[in-house]
Amino acid sequence: MKQRSFFQRLSEYYLLFTAGFAAFLIALTALEKEGMPRVWIGYLFMFATIVLYASIGVISRTSNVLEYYVAGRRVPALFNGMATAADWISAASFISLAGGLYLHGFDGLAYIMGWTGGYCLVALLIAPYLRKFAQYTIPDFLAARYGGGDGNTAGGRLVRLFAVAATISVSFIYVVAQIYAVGLIASRFTGVDFSVGIFLGLASILVCSFLGGMRAITWTQVAQYIIILVAFLMPAVWLSVKHSVNPIPQLAYGALLPKLSAREAVLQKDPREVEVRAIFRQRAAEYEARLKALPASWEAGRVEAQRKLDSARQHNASLLEIRGAERALISYPKDADEAARQWSEARDQNLARAEPITPHATPYPGEREQSDIKRNNFLALVFCLMLGTAALPHILMRSYTTPSVHQSRVSVFWTLFFILLIYLTIPALAVLAKYDIYSSLVGSDFAHLPNWVSYWSNVDKVNPLFSISDINHDGVVQLSEIAIDADVLVLATPEIAGLPYVVSGLVAAGGLAAALSTADGLLLAISNALSHDIYFKLVDPTASTQKRVTISKLLLLAVAFIAAYAASQKPGDILSLVGAAFSLAASTLFPCLVLGVFWKRVNHYGALAGMLAGFSVCVYYMLHTSPVLGGSPAAQWLHIAPISAGIFGVPAGLLTMAVVSLLTPAPDARTRALVDYIRAPE
Amino acid sequence: MDDTQRQQHWQRTRRMTAWLLVLWLATGFCAAFFARELAGLTIFGWPLSFYLAAQGASLVYLAIIAVYAWRMRRLDRAAGGRP
Repeated sequence: MKQRSFFQRLSEYYLLFTAGFAAFLIALTALEKEGMPRVWIGYLFMFATIVLYASIGVISRTSNVLEYYVAGRRVPALFNGMATAADWISAASFISLAGGLYLHGFDGLAYIMGWTGGYCLVALLIAPYLRKFAQYTIPDFLAARYGGGDGNTAGGRLVRLFAVAATISVSFIYVVAQIYAVGLIASRFTGVDFSVGIFLGLASILVCSFLGGMRAITWTQVAQYIIILVAFLMPAVWLSVKHSVNPIPQLAYGALLPKLSAREAVLQKDPREVEVRAIFRQRAAEYEARLKALPASWEAGRVEAQRKLDSARQHNASLLEIRGAERALISYPKDADEAARQWSEARDQNLARAEPITPHATPYPGEREQSDIKRNNFLALVFCLMLGTAALPHILMRSYTTPSVHQSRVSVFWTLFFILLIYLTIPALAVLAKYDIYSSLVGSDFAHLPNWVSYWSNVDKVNPLFSISDINHDGVVQLSEIAIDADVLVLATPEIAGLPYVVSGLVAAGGLAAALSTADGLLLAISNALSHDIYFKLVDPTASTQKRVTISKLLLLAVAFIAAYAASQKPGDILSLVGAAFSLAASTLFPCLVLGVFWKRVNHYGALAGMLAGFSVCVYYMLHTSPVLGGSPAAQWLHIAPISAGIFGVPAGLLTMAVVSLLTPAPDARTRALVDYIRAPE
Repeated sequence: MDDTQRQQHWQRTRRMTAWLLVLWLATGFCAAFFARELAGLTIFGWPLSFYLAAQGASLVYLAIIAVYAWRMRRLDRAAGGRP
């Protein structure tokens, strides 16, 4: 009865919140019509949402251990599902995924399948058992299961340490990427400096999680989910109405897909498209020729650049020309090695743009052999993403917060339901935006480009998010003349669709909410692992509850600043590792979590060896095959990309666990009793 | 709840988990492995393989979780668990 009224009260609060948010949007739309400048709309969105999250944090502040770590274990399934969905939908899902599908077509759908299928494993294999166990963290469970029922044996402590290390390494890579995204969005929409953007976002994360831990995060995430949902659906619905009669994008784009394919076929054969692609191929060939003639070509190029500058100065050329010649000389490679690097990059870029159009709906396009490799990589990626999802500590941590085992099962259902509201829209948005660009931007006049084109081309000068130039000088936009970055699609969609700027602000706020909510959950997962598992369980088991929460808060602060510092260095390497976090989580944590419940015979020797083996195989494969980490694609096994290293790591982990466990003594009676306990109904 | 009841409950849980996992695996694997073969068929305008990867498989996953939550509640009750 008490639970029922709590649920009703929560529903009322969030309905009120949604109404208030709608009123805020309507008010801003009216203000925009009255001529409020764009930058103010950006400021208002940033400011209003950050204040909102901070105030929820202040309202839900707590120093109670149960509240701080697991939100008092009384979050109803529906709201827990919503909060988990917000926890899950990261900056990558919100901002980059639709763009990725736009660029890669069918092959990008591996992310949709993998990231939804993982929840089956969470629901069937892990969540209800964690809830029955009813402690605080993932290392808690592993330590108890492999440490004689209470984790106080040497084996249990070691397992806890390993699990903490895995939790931290997986979550830290992930949180840096989220904070990076926060800085990016804040700086783009308000014009503040990138690092200032990071610390603004950080402030709101901290007020929230610092004051109220899991409890504050949960209630903030529910609010954030509502913003994410509205922000993502609005442009998609608009585009859907624009291109078909059906306002539901998830259903409407089915009818659009054949039209898009027809348009692709036309563009594929268009002589002017062919011409532009030939120009790119020719440019690539020129770079290739210069690369072959190194180092003589580097010397010749430098002399040529110097000569151009001299002649421009001598002939009294315009200032613009002289500047141009100066810049060309300055940016010219400093030595032959740098030239080799720059030119081979330029060659690859030009080659990529000379490629014919990839048909959007065709699975694994290419020759039979290439196509098979693509299919195998698709399968491997889906596998790694699914198992990785089921082993991410900040998602699993959420199973502890529901009132009962049954509610934890229902909560996973709601989680996937709320995730699907977004994830089923992502492929739709990609198709809708693609159709819009293919049919209205392509073929238009260079003299009359829409405003958003110049706006987004100028956002980032170093790595242009969007570039368009008249390669064959015919004054008409060809598809091959457009280069679009995956990160820009969602942010630019409102403008592409011709919606008012308020919607652009809303989408930015949605992206911010997605990044902040995920960062909140991750930071809490890391600081809980440090404070609860390391400090309380291993260093000072007699610490008072007050002290534990205080230590946890201080650690949260420290971790947040380290992560923000790492993000402010713009670490391209870390960002490319985010996908790899899934393989790492899958190889290290998944086998011991699942076998721990389903196989009584597995013991701590097996768990330790398995975690180590899974981790090592996964890291070894990445180091040897990822160019970013100094490996080479030639070292790949079965042509599997490094992001799917888990396809080797997981079997290695499972096998090692099984073999080592069977060779060593069976776990004691208390461990078996614990397993019986978590399997039994409540 | 006595021991045999508990064992029976666990046996049924395991069996259902196994069945649902088989369904889960078959959905994901078939949709991805036979994508090229299924691309010729269409469903509501989509090529079947595209529909499965973009929506169908995910909806099956949601259904699997729903069935699991619903059946497990009944199993728990039958074994004398808290309603």
